[in-house]
Amino acid sequence: MIEALLVMALGAVILGAALGYAAVRFRVEGDPLVEKIDAILPQTQCGQCGFPGCKPYAQAIAKGEAEINQCPPGGDEGIHKLADLLGREYKPLSAEHGIEKPKSVAVIDEAACIGCTLCIQACPVDAIVGAAKQMHTVIATQCTGCELCIAPCPVDCIRMEGIAETVDSWKWKYPVVALRRVA
Amino acid sequence: MNNSPYFLKPASVRFVMLRVLLALTPAIAIYVWFFGAAILVQISLASVTALLAEAGMLKLRGKPVMMFLGDGSALVTAWLIALTFPPIAPWWLTVVGVLMAIVIAKHLYGGLGQNPFNPAMVAFAMMIVAYPSLMSQWPAVGFTDFLPQWNAIFGARQLDAITMATPLDALRTALHTADARATVAGVLGSSASFGNIGGKGWEWVAAGYFLGGIYLLQQRIITWHMPAAFLATLLVISGGFALYDPTRFVGPSFHLFTGGAMLGAFFIVTDPVSGCTTPRGKLIFAAGIGLLTWVIRSFGAYPDGIAFAVLLMNIAAPLIDINTQPPVFGHKRRGGDPQ
Amino acid sequence: MIAQLFRFKGGIKPNSHKDESTTQPIKLAPLPPRLVVPLRQSARAMARCIVEPGQDVLKGQVIAVAEGPLCTAVHAPTSGTVRAIEPQPIPHPSGLPAPSVVIEPDGEERWVERFPFDIATATPQQARDYLRDCGIVGLGGAGFPSHVKLGPGEKGIQTLILNGAECEPWITCDDRLMRERAAQILAGAAMMRHITGARRILVGIEDNKPQAIEAMRQAARELGEKEIGVVAVPTRYPAGGEKQLIRVLTGIEIPYGKLGTHFGVQCFNVGSAHAVYRAIAHGEPLVSRIVTLSGNFERPGNFEVAIGTPIRDLLPLAVPRADTNRYIMGGPMMGVGLQSLDVPVIKATNCVLAGSPTLFPAPPPEMPCIRCGECAKACPAELQPFELYWYSRAKIFGKAQEYSLFDCIECGCCSYVCPSRIPLVDYFRFAKAEIWAREKEKAAADTARERYEFRLAREEREKQEKAAKLAAKTAAGREKAAAALAEAQKPARTPEEEAKHALIAAALERAKAQKEQAHPENVSDLTPEQQAEITAIEARRAEIREQAKPHLRQDD
Repeated sequence: MIEALLVMALGAVILGAALGYAAVRFRVEGDPLVEKIDAILPQTQCGQCGFPGCKPYAQAIAKGEAEINQCPPGGDEGIHKLADLLGREYKPLSAEHGIEKPKSVAVIDEAACIGCTLCIQACPVDAIVGAAKQMHTVIATQCTGCELCIAPCPVDCIRMEGIAETVDSWKWKYPVVALRRVA
Repeated sequence: MNNSPYFLKPASVRFVMLRVLLALTPAIAIYVWFFGAAILVQISLASVTALLAEAGMLKLRGKPVMMFLGDGSALVTAWLIALTFPPIAPWWLTVVGVLMAIVIAKHLYGGLGQNPFNPAMVAFAMMIVAYPSLMSQWPAVGFTDFLPQWNAIFGARQLDAITMATPLDALRTALHTADARATVAGVLGSSASFGNIGGKGWEWVAAGYFLGGIYLLQQRIITWHMPAAFLATLLVISGGFALYDPTRFVGPSFHLFTGGAMLGAFFIVTDPVSGCTTPRGKLIFAAGIGLLTWVIRSFGAYPDGIAFAVLLMNIAAPLIDINTQPPVFGHKRRGGDPQ
Repeated sequence: MIAQLFRFKGGIKPNSHKDESTTQPIKLAPLPPRLVVPLRQSARAMARCIVEPGQDVLKGQVIAVAEGPLCTAVHAPTSGTVRAIEPQPIPHPSGLPAPSVVIEPDGEERWVERFPFDIATATPQQARDYLRDCGIVGLGGAGFPSHVKLGPGEKGIQTLILNGAECEPWITCDDRLMRERAAQILAGAAMMRHITGARRILVGIEDNKPQAIEAMRQAARELGEKEIGVVAVPTRYPAGGEKQLIRVLTGIEIPYGKLGTHFGVQCFNVGSAHAVYRAIAHGEPLVSRIVTLSGNFERPGNFEVAIGTPIRDLLPLAVPRADTNRYIMGGPMMGVGLQSLDVPVIKATNCVLAGSPTLFPAPPPEMPCIRCGECAKACPAELQPFELYWYSRAKIFGKAQEYSLFDCIECGCCSYVCPSRIPLVDYFRFAKAEIWAREKEKAAADTARERYEFRLAREEREKQEKAAKLAAKTAAGREKAAAALAEAQKPARTPEEEAKHALIAAALERAKAQKEQAHPENVSDLTPEQQAEITAIEARRAEIREQAKPHLRQDD
């Protein structure tokens, strides 16, 4: 009887020590979960999720403070990926945070621009170039389509333009399954 | 508008399935010759049940009924069930078996192409577990009178006159339960159910299956891997043990030409949906079935082990496939084999 | 010379339909009223246009120059006037337009001045640049720039393979070219051998083209070269696939992501060799090519067509039958369905195939995969297409890549044999496109993240700098006040101040001492009364000083 208790106690001590050692020895630096969530987020930095950028949203998700369905640019697919990563249940995109739109870029009507630099300050990825009282323009390849520059513009000269499909950006579509044709 | 390629080989699932049915016909003819027309009744019964069940399930699942019904896969399942069940089994046994196969083993798993287990073998295994005595009543060789068989299927069952234990069953019973001095030779010599090489009559049915299998091979509907690996394994292991102790283990010719060995080798093991698909995987898969069949036949509680062997290997099939992926063009050794 | 042939696994043997278009010799197609020359002649690069609308051009004049490593120059296919530089539909599965130069021919076919290229004295690099500027690309269908393939790579090229297999059904342009211009092809091959330094040339031709094989053998004999071998390879699609032909002729298997040069072989279409010959021996850039018109035509045949000729203008040459309902650029296995007949012939256009409902019936509905393994048996890349299909269909792209999706050459064999009529290649194309698009998206997201983080860092830095500046500004005033206060309360001085104060103190001390030593002359001989009076005055002064001391110190 006493031997059995001792053996069990000894086992518990050894296992506890091993676990404690492992916790110290194999401690993961930083928070890889935030990095993984951030990698799924589209990096639009649009703030539609209610956080000031993708990283803060990722941190909030990791802490369990935010739902996974608050990112309209990431869309349905993004939610599915987050659900898979976190083992949470899939939820449709929350309507209060916006709707999924086709990818677009901001375009400045250069004739109307008064050079106020407000949009430059608003752009989260520094994709607008210009100087005070000089015309501004958007670097289309860097623009994430976050729409944050539209509201600050005092003369409403910024609009969103869908990205036109070219021969190079065109992709093969999902094959149409024609099962019901005969039925 | 579709994309390239713009023209296709004239092949279809229906074409494949009809070839399989055609390949079964010589064996069925021999079956009728030795055991009477009851099997034809069972085949018809199973076919009608299968088609109705298939149509019902397709309708429930919202699939185009006529298109899928025409693929012939339900008929193949039905025929295999009829051929593995006793021909004088009561009608409801066949019907329930087919329903098990089509509704549960096939459609509840997602229909054609999705079933992890061979539907016909699921039906056989479930029925032999549920109704072991009914599944063991086989017609006697040469007793081909149609009326008593018809009655056995649909009406009053007066079976004593027409049934007989199958050779595998007879051998197993004799070796396992009778006095310890029973030997293979003694059993084989004592009973009328044993023929020259296998079971009396059954050896010729098996030959019919073999013929059909050769036809499927010639039509390139199946590859040689599975039948060869299955039969070779059964042959080697039963031969080995028969050499080691001929009094307790029956030889390879008996194993190959009785029970479902030939039917299994060419028509059941080769089911592409639930089996392995890589060349090496096919060999391992079929060899595993051969080994398990022999083990169940020799030591198990059921007379024929093919159904259980197939189901067990079905479970292992994905794992085998994953670990036997053939190398891709350019990702293997340099140079190559000369033509 | 060839000891043995090798075989590749898989492949199919469809009806070849070659005889329909090989009976007639190559005819010259007439010039259309309008030529549309896309600036994007190969899949990867677009040339930079150097002409303007309204400008007159000569045949063979450069209208767009090569930009980037995978680009080749584009030339005016005939003399005439540039009418527009605008997006025009091009033969591409998307049916989308791409920038093109529209030329109205003047019908005079005036050439630019042409000079043969002296290949004997030129360095290989000069020769490759020359071919680039002549716009030579692979004419087998992919349009890959030849000058890139002629580069030495890591190991150099020992074996040059000419691809005359032409395995796709119906296409016969290489067949006719070999029959009619065998000597020119071999001359071009010899030039390429010179550029690459290769040792031998192997010409692979499918054995269903006996006349072409004979013509090429004859030409090789006349050339009197031992190192040129013309080899009949078994007819089996896709024997003309670059990797498959290299495998058959040399036994080398080139995996995905590797080039022929890694293994010392390089493969060129016979048409490309012909184009190289024309460029080097005659100074003619690539402005025309042989196009097969076959399929549902009354008079199928081969035609020499100016690049940029709209397909619509070609059709009357072969007279399409009444029930023709579609046109395909390329062969039936890998060709591109044309969504418009306005698309032009480009350098990669080897065939225009007319289809009818009887010739190419609409695909039957897709059935579930029964894992029969026919596709795996037919796959020349030795893949497991049904596994790839499973994962592509379910959009599990990572798994599809694990099963070597990108080794798929999209030859169409799997779709061809599938009894369930699954458009397998469509699924693979979809999966590949999706994976590429995702990689691009990921790269864009990474850039955005980087830029966002940089911006955050920059904003943080700016904030700190501002705060520091502000602090410095207010700190200056505050420090002065603080210092004065500290002096009044005699706080601990800093060493510097200590030193300073010590200096000042020392100076004062010295002055004092001097003062004391230098007694004023008028006080030397004083009477005691006078001395007492002075002392009294001094005392009073001292008293006053003592009283004024705090005030004085403050002014200090």
